[in-house]
Amino acid sequence: MKKNWWKILAVVLLVFTVVAGMLSDVPRLAILNETIRNLYFHVPMWFGMILILLVSVIYSIKYLRNPTIKNDIIAYEAAKVGILFGVLGIITGMEWARFTWGEYWSNDPKQNASAIGLLIYFAYLVLRSSFNEQQQRARISAVYNIFAFAALIPLLFILPRLTDSLHPGNGGNPGFNAYDLDSRLRMIFYPAVLGWTLLGIWIINVKSRLELIRQRLYETV
Amino acid sequence: MLFKEVLYLIQKDLVLEWRQKYAFNGMLLYVSSTVFVCYLSFGLRSNVLTVPVWNAVLWIILLFTSVNAIAKSFMQENRGRLLYFYSIVSPQGVILAKIVYNALLMLILAVICFVFYAFVLGNPVQDVPMFLLSILLGAIGFSTSLTMISGIASKAANSSTLMAVLSFPVIVPMLLMLIKMSKNAIDGLDRSTSFDELLTLLAINMIVVTVSYILFPYLWRS
Repeated sequence: MKKNWWKILAVVLLVFTVVAGMLSDVPRLAILNETIRNLYFHVPMWFGMILILLVSVIYSIKYLRNPTIKNDIIAYEAAKVGILFGVLGIITGMEWARFTWGEYWSNDPKQNASAIGLLIYFAYLVLRSSFNEQQQRARISAVYNIFAFAALIPLLFILPRLTDSLHPGNGGNPGFNAYDLDSRLRMIFYPAVLGWTLLGIWIINVKSRLELIRQRLYETV
Repeated sequence: MLFKEVLYLIQKDLVLEWRQKYAFNGMLLYVSSTVFVCYLSFGLRSNVLTVPVWNAVLWIILLFTSVNAIAKSFMQENRGRLLYFYSIVSPQGVILAKIVYNALLMLILAVICFVFYAFVLGNPVQDVPMFLLSILLGAIGFSTSLTMISGIASKAANSSTLMAVLSFPVIVPMLLMLIKMSKNAIDGLDRSTSFDELLTLLAINMIVVTVSYILFPYLWRS
């Protein structure tokens, strides 16, 4: 029970996010209207993705310093969960864009950057699948993971700021910070980020334990 | 010590290239035939080729040329020679030498490509020195990121497909910056407008070189 407090926290925070996110009062704004509630679901996906990919990179670095199967498996599972969050982020973003910008895909730099970011990690999966030998696969994909993360950062943080964008927070459009007048949004937004990230970590935890057990089973059989 | 090693390795690559002339001539032919294909496909309607299209097509040609040229940098070395290098030089020396050599190769190819392209398809560039600077940065940028990728891809089974899959997403931010910067040069805008792109490109290059420098020893060991 002592070790599992963060899982309970994740469940509580997510229940809170969903209930409060759907029912609470939000500022009435032109165009955005009720879609501002997407702040609790779309934005935490990106926060969660970055944090989880950071976990993946950290375990890749750990693998290069100390090559154990465990580090490799965690890096791999974290990358997969990061991709899941990225895909969900893109889907929720597209749905939102449909109602506020008028189109699912409107050639926005942030949309393009996130699509490219996903391509990088799909390439990581392809790279992993092209090796047969376990150690070589782990080492080379760890190298690519770190390299790709270093290339992803300028993409996600620098490029959208250099060009005009429809996205809130860019090119003269106010970010959500300008909207959340009485910090009602913040009250739900920060728990949402924490909740979704914890959920991601939970998934990584379960999946990598499962994978480790599977590996051990193969070894003994 | 490292500097000397790098110099020796670059010299070795240049001498090898000069003796075989295989990669360089092949790439030269690749560039010129691609440009000619573009000319023929646009040639029928010259009004289709607006300035943004001219720019984008040039950079796409350069991108494919560099992917093809740099993919060879680790695949052409045979096993025995790699083992020999492994025993006498440091991995950092190898990656730095390959990056510099590829940058030189790409610079020559890119300038030839630009001259031929401008000759065949017309030259709308108003600020040529600035445009050449963007080509120089492009050559350096492509070689820094693609050299590491080709090292990764050469370890895998179907490396030529993997090379494209791994490199395109990584190179896109650089390509976007380059296209923007060269577009400014074509329009003859004031040079200070390209300053942001220039700095970003240099920063990305620095990041990529540093990461390659740190990571290559792990790749090399296998």
